[in-house]
Amino acid sequence: MKQLFAHIDEPDLATLDGYSKRGGYEMLRKALSMEPQDVLHEMLDSGVRGRGGAGFAMGKKMSFIPKGTMDKYLVCNADESEPGAFKDRELMQKNPHQLIEGIIIGAYAIGANKSFIFIRGEYKLPADVLDAALAEARAAGYVGERILGSDHTLDLVVHRGAGAYICGEETALLDALEGKRGNPRLKPPFPAVQGLYKGPTLINNVETLMNVPVVMRMGGAEYAKVGTETSTGTKVVSISGCVQRPGNYEVVLGTPAREIIFGLAGGPPEGRRIKAWFPGGSSAPVLPGTDEYLDLPYDFDSLAKAGSMLGSGSIIIVDDSISIVNVALKTAKFYRHESCGKCTPCREGTNWTVKMLERIQSGEATPMDLDIMASVQEQIIGNCLCVLGDSMAMPIGSMIKHFREEFEAHIEAARERGGLGAAIPQVNRSEYGGAYAPLEPATVS
Amino acid sequence: VTVKRFAHGSRVPGWDEAADLSKDPSVVPDPATTPVPAHVRAEIEAKMAAYPDIRSAAMPALHIVQREHGWCSPTAIEQAACVMRLTPAYLTAVATFYDMFSTTPKGRHDVYVCTNISCSLRGADAIYQEMLSAAGDDPDFHVQSFECLGACDIAPMASVDGEYVGPLEAEDCRAIVEDVKAGREVLPDKQLRKRKAAGA
Repeated sequence: MKQLFAHIDEPDLATLDGYSKRGGYEMLRKALSMEPQDVLHEMLDSGVRGRGGAGFAMGKKMSFIPKGTMDKYLVCNADESEPGAFKDRELMQKNPHQLIEGIIIGAYAIGANKSFIFIRGEYKLPADVLDAALAEARAAGYVGERILGSDHTLDLVVHRGAGAYICGEETALLDALEGKRGNPRLKPPFPAVQGLYKGPTLINNVETLMNVPVVMRMGGAEYAKVGTETSTGTKVVSISGCVQRPGNYEVVLGTPAREIIFGLAGGPPEGRRIKAWFPGGSSAPVLPGTDEYLDLPYDFDSLAKAGSMLGSGSIIIVDDSISIVNVALKTAKFYRHESCGKCTPCREGTNWTVKMLERIQSGEATPMDLDIMASVQEQIIGNCLCVLGDSMAMPIGSMIKHFREEFEAHIEAARERGGLGAAIPQVNRSEYGGAYAPLEPATVS
Repeated sequence: VTVKRFAHGSRVPGWDEAADLSKDPSVVPDPATTPVPAHVRAEIEAKMAAYPDIRSAAMPALHIVQREHGWCSPTAIEQAACVMRLTPAYLTAVATFYDMFSTTPKGRHDVYVCTNISCSLRGADAIYQEMLSAAGDDPDFHVQSFECLGACDIAPMASVDGEYVGPLEAEDCRAIVEDVKAGREVLPDKQLRKRKAAGA
């Protein structure tokens, strides 16, 4: 079942004619003939959840926007920078009008008159395609004043970023859009109450907004029948790393992960097996490549129950020829580079995690360092304004949990090579707090 | 133990490099003494008009002046600041936050090689080294390893002046350099824009 990928490779889909020919902008007409409240109800009924990472119900998010005639904004988050995620790029490049239609309908439902697409600066081609599509839509009267003779007015601007992963975080994105350094803000107030230019702001991912016309076409209740009970609809999954056919695949939520990894993407190269996989981009805790995890249904709740997350729906496969220490170091270095530096746990935690992993690689570490590293991860989680630090802490923590033996073997081998001798055997690990041992509350004597 | 001291008694070398403490704080540049090319001014002003708050045009303005000057030089930032009526310090603060703005001189042609997880699983680190040696010390090239560029389906990949190409092999690096030098399309067979969707 393909909703967003139905005609994805038709060369004329990116043009207004090609899109209109396939039923484009009909749902906009339908929405404008309804009350905004009723459009919002369709979204609520559909149960469609955010495709950008957090998986929050879109209808609910829309309903948080206050009613009234103040300046409200709709911002489309197209700052897709999560390692492993590349679905929005393909969607925007090949099907820009569906995004624009989704934005117009979404803005109508919440009463926003100004909206922005914040696209990452590296996406030059998709941004150019969007600009061209927007010009067409404007000329056809879909964007601008009194759209199709209704009372709804909407201005849409494509805003190009300049290379910062943190701008995918919604409050950092708002700061960047206001022309500042992209630092996250303290929440609350949440953007729905006080966001862009201090007005109520709805921020949604590209794929989420592209589902809006789909929901309108099918009707909210009908849409909710696709997928599982709590994860409705289809999802474009980006799969990359050690697989034979990397790329974007649209699947119904709840499809077994095995079917995506092996059936669609062809599995790991001949003779290799999956050592670990990130189910939802680099910020999702990794899962081992065992049957227990590969048979999980690919939906929000099943993955959360297994201790990971669906995130942006980006699967990265790591096969058994790859050292998990290298993967951990790559992951940690990325977050160290992208940390904005506003909150201490994230700024220092990412930096020290990289330093500790480099010690492991060079052979200066002892297995005890793994415990210290795990405790650093624990102390990042939940202690910052945004979840960038958590996004490193969760995968690194899970790698230590699932692959501790490999880390230890790596440490021993590296020490041997460096002529440092065996590390002091660690016998009382639990006493000093293992990877997931609860921290003792500090006592004051 | 004697602690080594640097300027103004600090223990950190170079802490004051960015600031000239003998100068007055910079002010909004005076239009009378700051020449700004007419087309740059018009472009920045058009961007300013697109937003409810003109400051939102900071990033677009920096993109424009960087394109004109090759990098965000003090002159470039001064021109943007002059049009936007902001201090150069404000725009410098914005420019230094983002990876795509360069506040030091760089080559005209940007070659970003992705070295993040998915690409490195497929040998991106070797491609990056190969790219560095292919470009050599040609001042026209600005080869940089980049965090995930969002094209893991063509890993290992690079963005050459905004054109995504991949999957790259070692010999492609030299071809990229030659194509750019000759002003040709870069690796026409490996451009992402021509690739079909995997799940179509």
